[in-house]
Amino acid sequence: MRIAVVLTMVPDLVEELEIDASGKALDTQWLHYVLSETDDHALEQALLLKDRHGAHVSVFALDYGDADQTLFTALAKGADEALKITPLPEGVLGRREAAAIFADVLRAHPADLILTGVQAINDLDGHLAGLLGGLLNLPFVGVTRSVEATGEGGIIVQKEYPGGAAAEISVPLPAVIGVISAPQPPRYVPVARIREAMKTRSIDTVAASGAAAQPVPTILRMYKPQAAGQATMITGAPEHVARELAAILESRGLLR
Amino acid sequence: MSGPSRDVWVYVEHMKGAVAPHTYELLGRGRNLAQTLGGRLVAVLLGHRAVDMARTLGVADLVLRVEHEQLGAFTPDAHARTVAALAARTRPYLMLCGATSAGIDLASLLSALLQIPMVANVRAVQVEDGRVVATSQLCGGKLLCDVEVPAGAVLTVLAGAYPAEAGASTREPPVETAAPPDLLNQIRVRVERLLEPAAGDVDITRMPILVAVGRGIQRKENLPLAEEIAGLLGGAVCASRPVIDQGWLPLSRQVGKSGMTVKPSLYLALGISGAPEHLEGMRNAALIVAVNTDPAAPIFNVAHYGIVADMFEIIPALTARLKMKKAA
Repeated sequence: MRIAVVLTMVPDLVEELEIDASGKALDTQWLHYVLSETDDHALEQALLLKDRHGAHVSVFALDYGDADQTLFTALAKGADEALKITPLPEGVLGRREAAAIFADVLRAHPADLILTGVQAINDLDGHLAGLLGGLLNLPFVGVTRSVEATGEGGIIVQKEYPGGAAAEISVPLPAVIGVISAPQPPRYVPVARIREAMKTRSIDTVAASGAAAQPVPTILRMYKPQAAGQATMITGAPEHVARELAAILESRGLLR
Repeated sequence: MSGPSRDVWVYVEHMKGAVAPHTYELLGRGRNLAQTLGGRLVAVLLGHRAVDMARTLGVADLVLRVEHEQLGAFTPDAHARTVAALAARTRPYLMLCGATSAGIDLASLLSALLQIPMVANVRAVQVEDGRVVATSQLCGGKLLCDVEVPAGAVLTVLAGAYPAEAGASTREPPVETAAPPDLLNQIRVRVERLLEPAAGDVDITRMPILVAVGRGIQRKENLPLAEEIAGLLGGAVCASRPVIDQGWLPLSRQVGKSGMTVKPSLYLALGISGAPEHLEGMRNAALIVAVNTDPAAPIFNVAHYGIVADMFEIIPALTARLKMKKAA
């Protein structure tokens, strides 16, 4: 089985986010990117399938943020091939434009199974997985928590429904699957192995095609929300906070 | 394809014969938008033997219904391609879906299939000076983005953005049944079986007091700290998705979009930032107390009491205080 994993980088929420001078986008000058959490799970899901059934795993990333680090990390974890899409069109790429670029590259690098995170924290004009399913006109299921090969040329996925429910869904290949979580946490890879991958492995580059203009909404402004101000803040030393909190709970009959 | 109508469509989510509460929130907002835009509010009901649910959609001017075996349980392909076939005949001005595990699949796929714009994670949408403006929530609620929504777009709207009451009606709506598209018979994505929520040791939906832990708990070895507080309060520990994904607690303890929806008397949130997916499952708790190091954490927007502090400083002090109260 050939598996393509689409990786995207998102702003690191540990850092302070700043809006640029246009007031319509994040200031990327000092922005630190990290691999999108659900994409990390998609990679883990691909590597689990490789471990169990054997597979060739290719990872794809657009050339922004620390794409090289992300791709070498994927190689160190067990991916067989890494492809960086570069150079990219000028300007800020929305999810829809990114999907069109990935779709063009994936048409030229066909896979039996395309895995990516079902959503990312900075999704504004769509979610990559579903967009890829539609643009590539392939069967698509998103919000999955496990993917298993059937041995009959297909896969069975577990898709989450609200309220803790789920369904087992059979999907013919080729297909696009949007992963919310893998059956196990993404594997840890020591820094030494990533450094080793940087010395011994290589990243192939793929040109971004001139994807057709995509229908996207117009951004009017981006801003930080005002605190709703609903919460009454309890301040002071931990012992004081604990005393206040216990008093509140007691006054509401919540201490037995 | 001709230009869009002025109609607003709401995709009706349902499970086990009941319309999802979130759908009524969308219908209520859709009613307002359709009126302002001068179009109809159309509830799009796809299913298998789903006719009875149409009666609960009376706030709509029309229920557009498609029946087919493939539409019984949600799969993105069957539902999106059916909606796409309906929209190819009469394009709506706006289509509203829930930002749910079904809605995000449906909307993204529709957006690509119909080549229409999409706006994700909308927490407000209104008509301003003749144009539709939506506010989308990004980066776990740390940023907001106002966008002008082009005609024909599909939106996913966050749960709790609008009251469900406005979408409820006892009126019997007109129902139009459309023929299922032929392509449904060719779709090979099939639901093999439904999986009920795993029965856990504790049913968190019935617990009056919940101590919830998020990423801030840092590691599994720290969970007993929360369990001790839960024990002292007579409650149980639950968690946000990252803790469950790490395998530190079972799926039956997950609160949020794809986990449980809870409404306890007390929800003590420790180290939970308050991503929209989590808030969806706990925002209606009677009393929410949140402890987080980030003063801008969105959890403080729904909490009744907030403490900006390291939870590992607050927990021992609170544990000691609760023990003292117990002993008294």
